[in-house]
Amino acid sequence: MNMRDRIKEGLGNKILEWDERSARRIYFSVDAKEVYKSVEFLFKGLGLRFSTASGIDLPEGFEIIYHFSFDKAGEIYSLRVLIKDKLRPEIASVSPLFRGAEWMEREMWEMLGINFKGHPNLKRLLLADDWPEGEYPLRRKNVS
Amino acid sequence: MSHKVIVPIGPYHPLQEEPEFFQLYVEGEKVVDIDIIIGYNHRGIEKLAESKHYDQIAFLVERICGICSSSHPYAYVLAVEDLFGGEANIVPERALYIRTIIDELQRIHSHLLWLGLAGHFIGYNTVWMWAWKYREPVLDMFEMVTGNRNNYAMFRIGGVRRDLKDEDIPALKKMLDELLPSIKMFYGAINDDPVIRARLKEVGTLTKEQAIDWCVVGPTARASGVNIDIRRDEPYGAFLLNTIDWNVVLEKDGDIFAKTMVRILEMEDSINIINQALNKIPKGEIDANVKDIPIGEGIGRVEAPRGECIHYIKSDGTNRPVRHKIRAPSFMNVASDKVAAVGGTISDATLTLAAVDPCYCCTERVAVINKADDKKIMNGWDLVKLSREKTDKIKEGWPNGRPE
Repeated sequence: MNMRDRIKEGLGNKILEWDERSARRIYFSVDAKEVYKSVEFLFKGLGLRFSTASGIDLPEGFEIIYHFSFDKAGEIYSLRVLIKDKLRPEIASVSPLFRGAEWMEREMWEMLGINFKGHPNLKRLLLADDWPEGEYPLRRKNVS
Repeated sequence: MSHKVIVPIGPYHPLQEEPEFFQLYVEGEKVVDIDIIIGYNHRGIEKLAESKHYDQIAFLVERICGICSSSHPYAYVLAVEDLFGGEANIVPERALYIRTIIDELQRIHSHLLWLGLAGHFIGYNTVWMWAWKYREPVLDMFEMVTGNRNNYAMFRIGGVRRDLKDEDIPALKKMLDELLPSIKMFYGAINDDPVIRARLKEVGTLTKEQAIDWCVVGPTARASGVNIDIRRDEPYGAFLLNTIDWNVVLEKDGDIFAKTMVRILEMEDSINIINQALNKIPKGEIDANVKDIPIGEGIGRVEAPRGECIHYIKSDGTNRPVRHKIRAPSFMNVASDKVAAVGGTISDATLTLAAVDPCYCCTERVAVINKADDKKIMNGWDLVKLSREKTDKIKEGWPNGRPE
């Protein structure tokens, strides 16, 4: 069974949207509540390598994409979640699953102000100590 | 009673291009914990990229790192070309070869730079001087191919900016042929020298499980037996055309010795790859002259000297990206120092921290401070001295240069 089918089978109806952009780029989305379970399945169950995660401030909420690399086939599986609460964005941390996510979540926390619940060490990574509290550089300002 | 001492390393030194700050917690000789503080060089390039148009960003990301200054623009153009269905769809063949030649030359120069520094740290200044001496012709080759010794400004969406002169190819091949024996000499010298073995073997070990847990990439992962290499897994450049014969270098011990071996063998491979590319490079266009960038999301990644470098682009069809996410390989590798350095001795720490090749060479700015009364007991130079003394001690114990 190839990786696509294994993911589709393992995550089942958790998958809200499935989008194969090209032979090596597969994007799919799950509900923000399911992120921990889904990442656990991808990383621990299927042995995919966590490559990076990217957060973005969209009009409808904060979107996080977790990029997983399936190195045997050179494919990237990008797991997309949308945090709809723009005032107090929160999501479960995946750092308890594997250490490699720690810095990435710290970066998204300071840049976008997303709170990662259960993160072992949520403190600033890149921003200076005297950077004002509550000011998130990658958030979009309302321009009207 | 344990006597816990904090050893801060960093963050600034004119020698190093990426300031990092390591705070070692030591008990006697032993490192018990480590805090890694980064961000001293955070320039907000992801944010800046949102205000630049696609053509400018290639120059912008080239300035992320001066050592792997072709990896970032390459990963970036691959991300944008992913919007067109991939590099193979639009980039002319000749440009693919030129891209790979630059990328592999960069691997040689970066690994030689690291090898020199590692030699310097253990008190083998000859290795340092020689490695950097042999790095010079590599920079000369860069000048012949790109016009610059650093920051090549060669990558553009759809191709490269400057053509390789056919009359330069014999000279380039001659320089490569002259370089190969020196790389082989390093391989022999490091393999045979018992003192180097004693310093590097079973030091700063990262097991395969730890490597997977920390998601490390590149030579750091391959030295621990994790079989990943983007050049093979998701081919780009000349590797797309299946005309190049090469192997992924894999070791299993995960110590500094394995990391050194991976890098030296990769240099040999890179020379081989460039030679084949120079033989097989076809004539033709070097640029696809791309005008409009389609809407969508693209991911591009290359095997930089330090590992997978990945860029993500979200485009809304205008001339600027909505989001540009950059993840450099050291971001994953440096974090793993937390396990590699802990449990080792303080005299090995500088070497272990440098073994992931974090663009880091600041040991002069080290201070050892007693946690209880903040009294400085050592300065930075002392820590390098400590590392060298260890080498000298090993040498003294072996009058014949070998263990009895």
